[in-house]
Amino acid sequence: MNLKKTFLPLFNPLSKDNPVIVQVLGICSALAVTAKMEPALVMTISVTAVLALANVIISLMRNTIPSSIRIIVQLVVVAALVVVVDQVLKAWNYEVSKALSVFIGLIITNCIIMGRLEAFALNNRPWPSFLDGLGNGLGYGIILIIVSFFRELFGSGTLFGCQVFPQWWYDAGYQNNGMMILPPMALIVVACIIWAHRSINKDLQE
Amino acid sequence: MENLNLFIRSIFIDNMVFAYFLGMCSFLAVSKNVKTAFGLGVAVTFVLLIALPVCWCINEYVLVPGALSWLGEEYAETDLSFLGLIMFIAVIAALVQILEMVIEKYSPGLYNSLGIFLPLIAVNCAILGAVLFMQQREFTNAWTATVYGVGSGIGWLLAITCLAAIRERLNVQAVPAPLRGIGITFIITGLMGIAFMSFLGIKL
Repeated sequence: MNLKKTFLPLFNPLSKDNPVIVQVLGICSALAVTAKMEPALVMTISVTAVLALANVIISLMRNTIPSSIRIIVQLVVVAALVVVVDQVLKAWNYEVSKALSVFIGLIITNCIIMGRLEAFALNNRPWPSFLDGLGNGLGYGIILIIVSFFRELFGSGTLFGCQVFPQWWYDAGYQNNGMMILPPMALIVVACIIWAHRSINKDLQE
Repeated sequence: MENLNLFIRSIFIDNMVFAYFLGMCSFLAVSKNVKTAFGLGVAVTFVLLIALPVCWCINEYVLVPGALSWLGEEYAETDLSFLGLIMFIAVIAALVQILEMVIEKYSPGLYNSLGIFLPLIAVNCAILGAVLFMQQREFTNAWTATVYGVGSGIGWLLAITCLAAIRERLNVQAVPAPLRGIGITFIITGLMGIAFMSFLGIKL
């Protein structure tokens, strides 16, 4: 029981309290980077790393930050972490870094991060804050992976850049659905996920 | 002519919401009624109008490699581009703080109706996004950057006002229970996005 309670901040955001489809945070990047699976995975890792570290740092400083300037302090901490992630990504995988273009920089203004800092890290000790950051990052990642899976599979017929459908499908007249690559379809795929999720968890319906 | 072209492109074709998904959080959260949505749209446009030329100057004269050469020969080699993100977010946060004070003094009504979302403009990704796109596209002068900023702001204003108008009507419709609220809003935004894609073919 006690163990379960300790890890609640880690598991809750995966489904019941998912940052994207329940708290409706961090939509912008969740939709924009999901046309292919590889950028979606990189984005998940970057956001999770920044979120977990920022949560720990803010949680350590929570008693010393005056509340009137806390937004600026949070922004500076997050911006510093994002600069590190950006530089690491440029050195390690320049292609993906180019594909994500401005969206790595936009992690700073990702509402999941500000939201979790405000709602959790400012009132909790570092260890639960770390778990909360990790859980929310992964909850965000799950949605990203699901959306990008469907978009890449039906949009380009590939997964992680490898062709999935055999060639004779195409010879027999199958065509990739170019619509799935377009940005608006990401919204509709997320809406379908919300629909399914809320049909199961009836208490979330409005 | 070039600038007029850019202006129209940034409103309709490169619309912040429908083409890049920027500023979605407040777009979804504040679109419950038209009046507040319009007020927020104007505030965002205003911040963009000021932020873009300021950030353009900072980028041009401080950040890009060799930009500091106006300080003297010994600075010609300096490359401060890694400081970009921190500088831009600081400029935006400062602007929003000033805007908040001005609105509170001159228009208490709007100030009260915007509430918490006014300080949150600082973390509206449409603004930082526009600044980063500006940096990426390497505009040649501050005037072009201003035009791009205003255009993006008006595009965002247009999008949020339309969505708010639709959602006001939607309150009285029979939507399936699991889709009510945020689900149907996503679908509507998607459909509006598809509608906006019809502007893609326009050549200016």
